[in-house]
Amino acid sequence: MTEAPVYGIMAEFDNPTDLLHATEATYAAGYRKIDAYSPYPIEELSDAVGFHKTRIPLIVLCGAILGGLSGFALQYWISAISYPLNIGGRPYNSWPAFIIVTFEMTILFGGISAVVGMLGLNGLPQPYHPVFNNPRFTSASRDRFFLCIEASDPKFEIDRVQQFMQGFNALDVTEVTH
Amino acid sequence: MQQGPEEKTITEERLLPGQPATLAPGHTLGSITDKISWVVLRRPITLGWVSGFAIAFGLLMLLQLAIGYLLFRGVGIWGINIPVGWGFAIINFVWWIGIGHAGTLISAILLLLKQNWRNSINRFAEAMTLFAVACAGMFPLIHTGRPWLAVYWLFPYPNTMGVWPQFRSPLIWDVFAVSTYGTISLLFWFVGLIPDLATFRDTAKNPVARFVYGLLAMGWRGSARHWKRYESAYLLLAGLATPLVLSVHTVVSFDFAVSILPGWHTTIFPPYFVAGAIYSGFAMVLVLAIPIRQFYGMKDMITERHLDNAAKVMLATGLIVAYGYAMEVFFAWYSANGFERFMMHNRMFGPYGWAYWMLIATNIVIPQVLWIRSVRLAPFKLFLVSIVVLVGMWMERFVIVAVSLHRDFLPSSWGMYVPTRWDWMTFVGTLGLFFTAMFLFIRIMPMISIFEMRTLLPESKIEEEVAAHD
Repeated sequence: MTEAPVYGIMAEFDNPTDLLHATEATYAAGYRKIDAYSPYPIEELSDAVGFHKTRIPLIVLCGAILGGLSGFALQYWISAISYPLNIGGRPYNSWPAFIIVTFEMTILFGGISAVVGMLGLNGLPQPYHPVFNNPRFTSASRDRFFLCIEASDPKFEIDRVQQFMQGFNALDVTEVTH
Repeated sequence: MQQGPEEKTITEERLLPGQPATLAPGHTLGSITDKISWVVLRRPITLGWVSGFAIAFGLLMLLQLAIGYLLFRGVGIWGINIPVGWGFAIINFVWWIGIGHAGTLISAILLLLKQNWRNSINRFAEAMTLFAVACAGMFPLIHTGRPWLAVYWLFPYPNTMGVWPQFRSPLIWDVFAVSTYGTISLLFWFVGLIPDLATFRDTAKNPVARFVYGLLAMGWRGSARHWKRYESAYLLLAGLATPLVLSVHTVVSFDFAVSILPGWHTTIFPPYFVAGAIYSGFAMVLVLAIPIRQFYGMKDMITERHLDNAAKVMLATGLIVAYGYAMEVFFAWYSANGFERFMMHNRMFGPYGWAYWMLIATNIVIPQVLWIRSVRLAPFKLFLVSIVVLVGMWMERFVIVAVSLHRDFLPSSWGMYVPTRWDWMTFVGTLGLFFTAMFLFIRIMPMISIFEMRTLLPESKIEEEVAAHD
């Protein structure tokens, strides 16, 4: 029987402080392919895994600008080019009347790009992920905290990582397979 | 601050003496999760829920009947006619869309203001917004009686007639504002649900439930990288939803204010509509929250602090609305315009005078009892006041729409407006739609945001941080 390939080694904690310390120690030991899992957002944790900047705000800015421009362009094209109507002698390009729809489209596109950008960068929806092969991982969405050093890390050696993670104040250290 | 073990979960903020906490002591990360998911995943269906749902669903069927007959016969079955061409459809539309506003205020504006007491009421308030917008949306769809003929002037799509919507009209602004509002509310609600759906996926015992929640959770695993992007996106959505929610009722008020009809053509409308929207929305939040905390044993999460705060918001927005009414009277007098003055006189002492005075009583006079602290902390009294405010806000829209229209410039074109049974059935039917959706929501979705509640616990904080606080 052949062994399933290892995805990584995972340690389980029962409080956020131990997880944060362990994550910082892991990063300091030179491991880079690591991820921490928690049941609610912990601000310091993303810094600890070496993830400092997200591109979400830029995506939202681009989406919002695109929405605003396309909203105005739509109204300009309709009212001045495709279907010009003389309404009480107003100019065809009566831009003050177009501000509201432009504003709404800015918000709409900005909001959609925030959600789509967040899901896209996070790689969701993702039907399968190896971390769920750890049966204890179901409590990651309840009250437990997990740290995983992935096998794709150049410094990864099963025994050394096992030993390294045993040094933490972890409830459980386990191998996660693909 | 020294805390005994039994007081572990009082949140970090300092409470004034006698002020109830946001979250009652004694909770842990696990107990919060279990308590909220228990309602959906473990609790058997009770007789109370079934009878409540049956009533709501019966009313929904009434809506179906009313709309079916409307499509068959046309708007002639309603009480509208010239001069009152805008009747119940517009009144109910404005009323429902206003109710939705409190949900967005709670979820977006209070998030930006770091009011973390919102964490236990934002989820069902957002659901309320969504269902209220759905009810509101019914009316523009059906108000022509022939919805299949009403699309080309609502949405810009290439049609065989080669015509396009008129973008200088407030009605088309309204279409964009409300559809954007509905979409953003849905996205905001769904994004907030993702981590909790993952919790349900991991705790559900029923394989079908696990599969469906798993599908909806999209593989969420709580990774630190994901949380960082998630928080960033959530905050930006809140930042976008904040000006949006203020714009929606402003645009709704433009439907009236941009016209030249006395009683509609006034500059006070946008702020006073927005305040009124939040006023009625918080009343609806209380109408939902008080039974929920009672019947689902959520008094430790939706505490008296929430009731107190919601009542204070109602009091404040109610006073803004009162200022709006006062200004309407003042404008009518100060304009020195005969038609404006007549409009106000007719509102107060005309054939619909009873509606105006009922509006003043229900929207301004009675809610002043909220100044009394014991009323704000008494759930049943607060519930009654909220119902009164909801009636009052509906009366306000009746007075603005129907009473302004029924006597305009030319006495020869005056008339009266009497809603028919079909009008009432449609209105009551949308209440059925709203409560049916609400009943289903509390049984299939976490009605309180689990992951946001976890962040209220002291044990969720990194320890050095806690030490730095004390």
